[in-house]
Amino acid sequence: MDIKQVFRTLSEASGVSGCEAELAQHIQEACPWADELRTDKLGNLIMLKKGQSPGPRPKVMLAAHMDEIGLIVTKIEEDGFLRFSTIGGFDQRVLLAQEVVVHGKQKLTGVIGAKPPHIQTQGEQRKAVKMEDLFIDIGLDSAEQAGQVVQVGDLVTIKRGVSDLQGSFMAGKAFDDRAGVAAILECFKALSTITHTADVYGVATVQEEVGLRGAVTSTYGITPDIGIAIDVGFGDSAGLPDTGTIKLSQGPGIGIGPHVHPKLLERMVETAQEWNISYSLDPTPNPGGTDAYAIQVARAGAATILLSIPLRYMHTPVETLDYQDIQRTGRLMALFIAGLDHEFVEGLTCF
Amino acid sequence: MLLARLTQANGAPGQEGEVRDLIRAEIEPYVDVLKMDTLGNLIAIKNPDAPGPRVMLAAHMDEVALMIVGVDSSGYLKFRPIGGVDPRVLVAKTVTVGAKKIPGVIGSKPIHLQRAEEREKAFAIQEMVIDIGAKSKEDAEKLVKMGEIAYFTTEYEEIGQNKVKAKALDDRVGCALAIRLLKEEVSFPLIAAFTVQEEVGLRGAGVAAYQAEPDLALILEGTTASDVPGTDKHKHATAVGQGPAITVMDRTVIPHPQLVQELFALAEEKGIKVQVRRNTAGGTDAGQIQLSREGVKVAVIAVPCRYIHSPVSVMSKDDFEGAYELVKSYLARLEEREGSR
Amino acid sequence: MKEIIAQLTEAFGPSGYETEVTDMIKGMVEGYADEVRTDVLGNLIVVKNGSPEGKKVMFAAHTDEIGVVVTHIDDKGFLRFANIGGVGVATLVGNRVRFANGTIGVIYQEKGDWKELTLDKLYIDIGAESKDEALTKVRVGEFGIFHREFADLGNRLIAKSMDDRIGCAVLIEALKKIDKPTNTLYFVFTTQEEVGLRGARTAAFGLDPDLGIALDVTLTGDMPEARRMDVSLGKGAAIKVKDSSLIAHPKVKELLVQLCETNGIPYQMEVLEFGGTDAGAIHLTKAGVPSGTISIPTRYVHSPSEMVDIRDVQACIDLVVAVSNQDLTGVF
Repeated sequence: MDIKQVFRTLSEASGVSGCEAELAQHIQEACPWADELRTDKLGNLIMLKKGQSPGPRPKVMLAAHMDEIGLIVTKIEEDGFLRFSTIGGFDQRVLLAQEVVVHGKQKLTGVIGAKPPHIQTQGEQRKAVKMEDLFIDIGLDSAEQAGQVVQVGDLVTIKRGVSDLQGSFMAGKAFDDRAGVAAILECFKALSTITHTADVYGVATVQEEVGLRGAVTSTYGITPDIGIAIDVGFGDSAGLPDTGTIKLSQGPGIGIGPHVHPKLLERMVETAQEWNISYSLDPTPNPGGTDAYAIQVARAGAATILLSIPLRYMHTPVETLDYQDIQRTGRLMALFIAGLDHEFVEGLTCF
Repeated sequence: MLLARLTQANGAPGQEGEVRDLIRAEIEPYVDVLKMDTLGNLIAIKNPDAPGPRVMLAAHMDEVALMIVGVDSSGYLKFRPIGGVDPRVLVAKTVTVGAKKIPGVIGSKPIHLQRAEEREKAFAIQEMVIDIGAKSKEDAEKLVKMGEIAYFTTEYEEIGQNKVKAKALDDRVGCALAIRLLKEEVSFPLIAAFTVQEEVGLRGAGVAAYQAEPDLALILEGTTASDVPGTDKHKHATAVGQGPAITVMDRTVIPHPQLVQELFALAEEKGIKVQVRRNTAGGTDAGQIQLSREGVKVAVIAVPCRYIHSPVSVMSKDDFEGAYELVKSYLARLEEREGSR
Repeated sequence: MKEIIAQLTEAFGPSGYETEVTDMIKGMVEGYADEVRTDVLGNLIVVKNGSPEGKKVMFAAHTDEIGVVVTHIDDKGFLRFANIGGVGVATLVGNRVRFANGTIGVIYQEKGDWKELTLDKLYIDIGAESKDEALTKVRVGEFGIFHREFADLGNRLIAKSMDDRIGCAVLIEALKKIDKPTNTLYFVFTTQEEVGLRGARTAAFGLDPDLGIALDVTLTGDMPEARRMDVSLGKGAAIKVKDSSLIAHPKVKELLVQLCETNGIPYQMEVLEFGGTDAGAIHLTKAGVPSGTISIPTRYVHSPSEMVDIRDVQACIDLVVAVSNQDLTGVF
């Protein structure tokens, strides 16, 4: 299984928060290493790879979200243009002149338009276009025509293929967080050749972009001892300060903060050093914003850690990363898991 | 003195170890069960299997502080607040950094070198650094690790008319109250949850309540007092010296109406001065505890503290004693009720 | 039905203090339910048993309403207050407040610019001439509601707290029409929705349903120069696609659409750009509950004069009845 190719397919597939079924199907087909595969009530895909020891075994949950931010049709105008709102955090300035797919009765190609600059005043031109002034043009001429194929509530995704940049750099949409899903697959593949004690639950979670919702319910169902969230982190790029960013091509950022259990942090860093896997440290006092936050407080709590794959231009259709960082993340997780045993897990409540 | 030792211990959200160790040593002789969970909550239980209502006292161990997030090329430490800190209170304070307790200061540009208009602007957090006297980045990195915490160095001191000044009164007052109250003799199950990570979103309390499964919980807090010059009376959330404050609503919780009524009635009966918390901003662990499982009856009893979330806060020892008396009386009332069953 | 709506909307029930409303509903459902109980947060749970092979369906409508809490009484007997739930300052000046004991007050503002009006520049005058007199009527910490009577305009009705007593009315009327449902139904009249979907969360944890549906109001865009929103009064039940608290489970959304189509119930699709309902709490319960929302289109939400159309209300009742009798085996 060529996981890089799978990653490409996943990125180009559509899965706006709440409608991730197509993604789940692709991922399921790309994971021959799992002993069990199931989808829970909210649509989280759970891939279980059992440990090689007599039970009960420690449970490790790997979580990466498969949903992406997108748009939703809010109104069909009389002349057939579609008004829309967002699902998840979009900077509306990147939307202008994008090609989109409207997921109506069938998939429809559209473009995002606004009032042309020629007829705008100079004052208007200096300001960013507002979301409410944007619309989607699907080439239909009346509300009646459009109403045949589109209804209020239909989803819209950006139409964008993956670009291969120099070296192992790639650009595309929805790398946030299909990159994390790819890292889980890399980890599962690596684990197929390593002995491990723990049961590993790889979870492609739903609805992260609208509030970590899939992680809340999947964690409740699994009740892991250890939760590893894999998400994208702010990669270094032009105009950003060093503080608060992680460098591309130097492996995952390992989170430090209230959302990270001190013993997991210590062990993760030791593992990286022992196997010579590059990593950055990624301290943040603010624990919210990733699935780790949800996993940590489910039921009686889980020990959590966050791995961040460095990514540039987050929440735009040209998200950019180094595929080797995904591979490094997957390998690091596999080696970390291989080193886990009962004693370590029991020690997580000893401070 | 217990409160002095508690406030001088350090415990940022997620790094409550020092406080937890101190509390654990204090309460060990009085409780039947003492356990910790993966988040670091310390849960103590008396009479775990006794009949009667499961009553929980909850106080959070963590305090707001500063997290080290970078070292610049000259060896200055960059930091961000962990929990809600007004950046304006940070200038020209002393701190102690990390496991090695390295002393440092938060410096700023001397007044002589500033233009007049500069002084009208507040310092932004990005402009501030901690100076530990390191000569280079390498030098600093030998002493301080990424993610370590800088704490305020304020010493506990009794001042004025029965007042106390200290750091971290929010919520070491609650911890001190819970520790004292655990010494009460009761026949029903009494739980004390010393929670973690309250200041970054009430993170520990829900997890603790899920495990302890209380029927009723009293959340013991240090809360904002705004009885200071320049504040309209109708904006005083609480006033120092007017007794413990009872919450009727905040951003995270509307406490159980009957329980709140009972507390007011009890205070009147026992002649304990209490006040209503007269502000609905802010939140407490009660918000998470109330919504645990199928729901828990909760009330919040708080000691008013001026200047919380800053390096130094001020409270009244009388309010502290009032809070203690009120909760003690409530436990005694429950005991009477259970005894008569 | 209008009589029930009038009674419910005129009742007193700020978040956390909903007993008057839940007691009233208890009376209204008497004789129609198999079991009625209340939980720690005050949620009223009305159970109607279904057939053994049926699913557990939780319907939620919240009993609480937005209001005020008294934070200060000054020497002259004027009250200061904070909001309970989402209160728009623009709706307050000159409006009236009522407390549990019937005390009425008028809200007015300090001098100053309208544009800079904030809650802390408003006060309540209960007609007291001194602090002592005020204290005989109201205490600091006491909860109040916005006072306004119900008005019947024909097809359209105006009242305070249509949000969400109209949802309560829908459930009560639906319950009366259901004899032997396929599914076991939990009609939950929830508390503390306006302050963060709190009652629904603990109720759902206890019930652990197979399907969750909230009945709540939604905004409309059919007024002059209104914010863009493709929901109108009189066009039927609104089936929610998303709001800030929930993305409706695709299967729940499809079920509701299909039931409207097959039963000839008028409906419209709803995308709400902010706000939330109890379904937001229900769907995150335990390992997850597929959930959706049936919305009653309502103008002027969170003002003391919220307007609904009785034909939309009827459509919502019909839809609840249809869900109750639908065989959901293999769907959820």
